[in-house]
Amino acid sequence: MTDVPTHDSGGAHAATGWAPPLPLFLLQPVLARVVRRVASRYPELLERLGPVRGARFLIDPRGLPFTLLLKPDPDALLLRACPRGRPPAHDALIAGRFLDLLELVDAAEDGDALFFSRELTITGDTEAVVTLRNALDNVEGSVAATVAGMFGPPGRAALAALRRAARRGTPEAQP
Amino acid sequence: MIRPELVCPAGTPAGLRTAVEAGADTVYCGFQNATNARNFPGLNFTPQEMERAVGHAHDRGTKVLLALNTFPPAGKFDLWRDAAALGAEMGVDAFIVADIGVADHIAREHPGARLHLSVQAAASSPEAIRYYCREFGVKRVVLPRILTVPEIEALAAEIPCEIETFIFGNHGLMVEGRCSLTNYVTGLSTNMDGVCSPAADVHYDRDTEGTMTTRLRDVTIDRFGCAETAGYPTICKGRYHAPHREDGYYAFEEPVSLNLAKLLPSLMGAGVHAFKIEGRQRSRAYVRKVVGAFRRAVDDVMAGETPALDDLVALTEGRKQTEGAFKTKKWR
Amino acid sequence: MSRKLTLGPIPFHWPAETKRDFYARIADEAPVDEVYLGEVICSKRAPFFERAYAAVADRLERGGKRVILSSLSEVMTKRERQMMAGLCEVDDREIEINNNSGLLHVSGRTHRIGPMMNVYNERTLAVLHVRGATHFALPVEMPGHAVARIGQAAAAAGAGLEVQVFGRASLAVSARCYHARAHGRTKDNCQFVCEDDPDGMPLTTLAGEPFLRINGIQTLSQSCVNLLGDLDDVAASGVTHYRLVPQDTDMLAVVGVFRDVLDGRATGAEGAARMDALDIAAPFSNGFWHARPGAHHVRTAR
Repeated sequence: MTDVPTHDSGGAHAATGWAPPLPLFLLQPVLARVVRRVASRYPELLERLGPVRGARFLIDPRGLPFTLLLKPDPDALLLRACPRGRPPAHDALIAGRFLDLLELVDAAEDGDALFFSRELTITGDTEAVVTLRNALDNVEGSVAATVAGMFGPPGRAALAALRRAARRGTPEAQP
Repeated sequence: MIRPELVCPAGTPAGLRTAVEAGADTVYCGFQNATNARNFPGLNFTPQEMERAVGHAHDRGTKVLLALNTFPPAGKFDLWRDAAALGAEMGVDAFIVADIGVADHIAREHPGARLHLSVQAAASSPEAIRYYCREFGVKRVVLPRILTVPEIEALAAEIPCEIETFIFGNHGLMVEGRCSLTNYVTGLSTNMDGVCSPAADVHYDRDTEGTMTTRLRDVTIDRFGCAETAGYPTICKGRYHAPHREDGYYAFEEPVSLNLAKLLPSLMGAGVHAFKIEGRQRSRAYVRKVVGAFRRAVDDVMAGETPALDDLVALTEGRKQTEGAFKTKKWR
Repeated sequence: MSRKLTLGPIPFHWPAETKRDFYARIADEAPVDEVYLGEVICSKRAPFFERAYAAVADRLERGGKRVILSSLSEVMTKRERQMMAGLCEVDDREIEINNNSGLLHVSGRTHRIGPMMNVYNERTLAVLHVRGATHFALPVEMPGHAVARIGQAAAAAGAGLEVQVFGRASLAVSARCYHARAHGRTKDNCQFVCEDDPDGMPLTTLAGEPFLRINGIQTLSQSCVNLLGDLDDVAASGVTHYRLVPQDTDMLAVVGVFRDVLDGRATGAEGAARMDALDIAAPFSNGFWHARPGAHHVRTAR
């Protein structure tokens, strides 16, 4: 990323070696597999990202106990769970209800509409976010289902559980 | 009554397939460069994608319009020339043009090609439209969103080409193709570069109370309280102070979307040939819902039934909709 | 190459008396070569000065100026269409077309193309030239490098090429009147409230920065285009005509500065100092010429 200010909120803390809770720690290798799988299953996604492939996106699914750091760089793919309250250095932040974000990923929900209604929050590198949104929108089929499918029936159950957890975490969310 | 063509946005190959599936008669799209007015990051088609998309659409009886609706600055005309050549080779059904030079080029170099006059050409009178028809053989005009239905009906009688009107989406206020507001702030031109409020220059700042400030480069466009609905970060949708206004106000227009669902029968009666849905920058979710809703509405009207209109307000800017200038001149 | 100084049409709704006085002084005292006359922004304003134009034009011509009649930039209503058609019948003076509806009428006859007409490239220039256009005022947002390219085409065609070198930039026009809107009115019952703002109604951002000027249906820049420091580049690009757009300031002094620098009687630095001394209530900008944000001012080494 050139000529784009880096949003380093809490970057210093992220490097201090604060130990994440166990479940987060267990999540990391799974997330690493997930992002590799998505990248190989949908090559057009990374292609369409073009110059913003090096951007670091902090995804904040409100209601979940962690945030996600995504760097869709084909040479150094990164998807990592991060403890809440200690955001790592990132270029752009995307925050919204988990279910909304999941639907955005699957192009089942309109990002502009969520943004107009203020249910989706964006800060930092707007161009990177817009590019990511447009690239995701060009993916047909369900990324979430692909990911769940990686883990067979337990994976699909986990996706369902995540959705349930998200609903519990955000009482206003409608199923 | 003419059966109107439903002309739908396609920002990406997947978006195009979604629009076709949702019932579009025609889709419009552009290449990944300044030759079209939605030159946004991550959007639009590579030549290979375009070729496949045209094939996909044609296999299903859907037409494809290629948007070449920007103005080539001197020295860069080749980009538009090449895009036109690609489009002709792929067999797009029409070119949407705004620039006189581009129109002339296509009319001469691709004599069989069909030309549509973009809203960016700002042809808002019978004389202007007739000029483009006479000189370049334009077959259809996309009307600016500034005419009432009776005015459109009167216009239809005075021009030798088809009429396309917007029925849903972004409600642009400035005369299109005549706006340099973005260039004034960012150095990128809507006319020459195909961008309006380029994302790279848009910044959203949030304070601790949840107030969101929208900036285009160093210019504050608007501020939204945490419960307020937002709009596109464009200068013409911003709030400003003026001497006679106590508070910041929408000097040009509130964030609002055009929705002419209820006017479809009268527009069809006025002689409109094609209905255009704005939003190549929107998602497939938007395309699916909006195209689907208008597909059913148009079919209902053609069948002599009162259209059952889905509520599309959730997809509108600021979650507000308007019939704009189409309903009343008071809008001006 | 000729370096003609022109005075563009007055964009603002100045009282008739003010306009008359303004043009009287221009006719008698201002060393401009050409003056564009006409209401370009709002057809509703036109009747206030319509009958004065003949006398004003005569006086300007007696003062040695060439007079060109400018058309409206927005043509939609019946009345606007009639105004355009009427202007296109004028045969004793040159006319400047500012809306594409005029092109239908003037094809095959000599005419000028105004700055709202989107002549961005050589091909557009050529198409219009073969249909009778002999002079092209370029869009205010045209960067210098593109002007230079189009300049070659204009020179080859023997056409005049004009660039705005002074005045607020016209950034947008609309079907809606924003002056009326600011006062809770519509265009139809505007009561000519735009007359209260001879230099446009200032719009300030919510952060308190002056940003734009509203002039009826037109949106102008807060900054004032000033290419005084770029005149050598402008000339080298093949520009033959240098347009000053009137605003509520000492336009005679502005004309004097540009004349002196264009004719080599003053250096750019002297000219710049004289412009600064005019204390114009707007920052200068030349960003568009330098392919930068239009509001920017790029210092040019001289």
